[in-house]
Amino acid sequence: MTLIATQSLTKTYGGRVTALADLTVAVEPGIIGLVGANGAGKSTLIKILLGLIAPTSGQVSVLGIDPTADPAAVRSRVGYMPEHDCLPPDLSAAELVTHLGRMSGLPRTAARERASEALRHVGLYEERYRPVGGYSTGMKQRVKLAQALVHDPDLLLLDEPTNGLDPAGRDAMLALVHRIGTEFGISVLVCSHLLGEVERICDTLIAIDGGRLLRADNISAMTTATDVLAVEVSEGTEELAARLAELKLPVARDGRLLLVPLADDGTYDLILGAVAELDLPLHRLDQRRHRVAELFATRELTHA
Amino acid sequence: MPEPSTAAVRSTPTGVIHDIGYQRYEGPRLGRRQVFGALYLHGLRTAFGLGRSAKAKIFPWLVVGIVSLVAVALAAVRSQIGEPVATYAQFADAMSWLVIFFVAVVAPELVSRDLRSGVLPLYFSRPLPRADYALAKLLALVTALWLLLGGPQLLMFLGAAFTTKQGMRGVWNELLDLLPGLLYAGLWAVVFASVGLLVASLTGKRAFAAGGVVAVFLMTTPIVGVLSILPSRAANELAGLASPSTLVQGVGIWSLGDLLVEGDPGEMMIGGFGPVYALAAVLLVAGATALLLARYRKVAS
Repeated sequence: MTLIATQSLTKTYGGRVTALADLTVAVEPGIIGLVGANGAGKSTLIKILLGLIAPTSGQVSVLGIDPTADPAAVRSRVGYMPEHDCLPPDLSAAELVTHLGRMSGLPRTAARERASEALRHVGLYEERYRPVGGYSTGMKQRVKLAQALVHDPDLLLLDEPTNGLDPAGRDAMLALVHRIGTEFGISVLVCSHLLGEVERICDTLIAIDGGRLLRADNISAMTTATDVLAVEVSEGTEELAARLAELKLPVARDGRLLLVPLADDGTYDLILGAVAELDLPLHRLDQRRHRVAELFATRELTHA
Repeated sequence: MPEPSTAAVRSTPTGVIHDIGYQRYEGPRLGRRQVFGALYLHGLRTAFGLGRSAKAKIFPWLVVGIVSLVAVALAAVRSQIGEPVATYAQFADAMSWLVIFFVAVVAPELVSRDLRSGVLPLYFSRPLPRADYALAKLLALVTALWLLLGGPQLLMFLGAAFTTKQGMRGVWNELLDLLPGLLYAGLWAVVFASVGLLVASLTGKRAFAAGGVVAVFLMTTPIVGVLSILPSRAANELAGLASPSTLVQGVGIWSLGDLLVEGDPGEMMIGGFGPVYALAAVLLVAGATALLLARYRKVAS
């Protein structure tokens, strides 16, 4: 089943500001990373998926349901963690999550039980009886995640869950999201402006920029297909780059390294031949997996 | 479901926690009406500070204490002198200032707090429609105000019923006096709740919201004063329309007559404009509710 599908989805505010432009994407269940710079349209997309705002044009379906036609049906199966502060400081986490569980239609006792379960899963134990106002940012983020989880959704929409966290907190939050996506059997759409962060945990990556789709693909397909060779010579880097370009190899510079996409074993021979020909001191020649960020960078390079 | 494996057994300094893993929820999911009911009850409890900090309980219960004390005192005096000091409706009128302050504290507690903390996206990302949120809060405030006035009226009734010298007949007559009084209390509740909640929903700052509520209810009374001394009989008789309190009193005089003013026309004259007052009250409540719903269609989207 397709988890989220959009067809030519467009959203303009007041006819002037374009938040989403002709976005067509379809993803399978799993952990999906939605990356883009601030203002790329990530939050707008999430709000359309929740049926909170209507698209200007185009179709959208979440878990096979159209949120513009039946928002209540979508929302009862989706959990949403907003980006901004949204916790009343004077309530305890247990009270808040229980209340929001009831608002999702859980009976009183079930809401209380599931609230403490959800808080336990995100790592809040005794502190859940204290007012949220005294919590650290990391704990608040966990409460926000717990309230999205309390009604046992089939899909979680997480808007910048690592916002404001220190590196250790980020790792812990990402590990938690990964655990939810794998062990709990709940699909997760996690939004971030930091590509390096989400690529570690997600199966599928959607990259958008200025409301347009840059790329949407399975993350393993993205990385394995584009292994590169990193070449480093102690001197004569420029000459080597020019020589390789003559050999019709698409060379990219990365500091002192030259990056050459690995087409087949012949690529090794070509590079070694070029180095020997120019009589350069070869420092390093190794294969490495592309990080997704470089993948986008090289794509832009080849376009240019 | 994931198997509880040895890896899932976590040891902590305080002991061993057996992680039984995540459980899917298979139980019932309630519909829109029950969720509305839950939010309504939550609002009603919030109005009286129940389930909240001790600080949040002080003011509501102070007001409840004062109105109950007045009601008990009235009942006691009546049992001594043998005739009523104030009718049920007059009691509601006399308590109007306290009702205004109660609204000024409770309405911001119900809506401004949610606006301020940004919790609304958490409500609106759930199946509950936006209008239900606003209506549940409104109904909770109406109920709270009605209980605030109707509860003490019931105390007065009990006092009168137990001290009546006419037996069951006296109790029955007293009940016939009480019922219009309760209806009148309901009118106070509906008008003050709809206007008060609308004002409070405009700002997330509780102090501003409280000030706004008081301003709307109290700043309009000088207008009534000015209109009622104009050299025009019609202007005098319509003066009460300018303020919510006098509007409610006007409807009361028209519909309850001597139950409210008891022979003495008092300072307020509405002439033959009674139906105008009633219509104005209906329009005020309908208008305030429509604006409240419009407000919640826009907010936090």
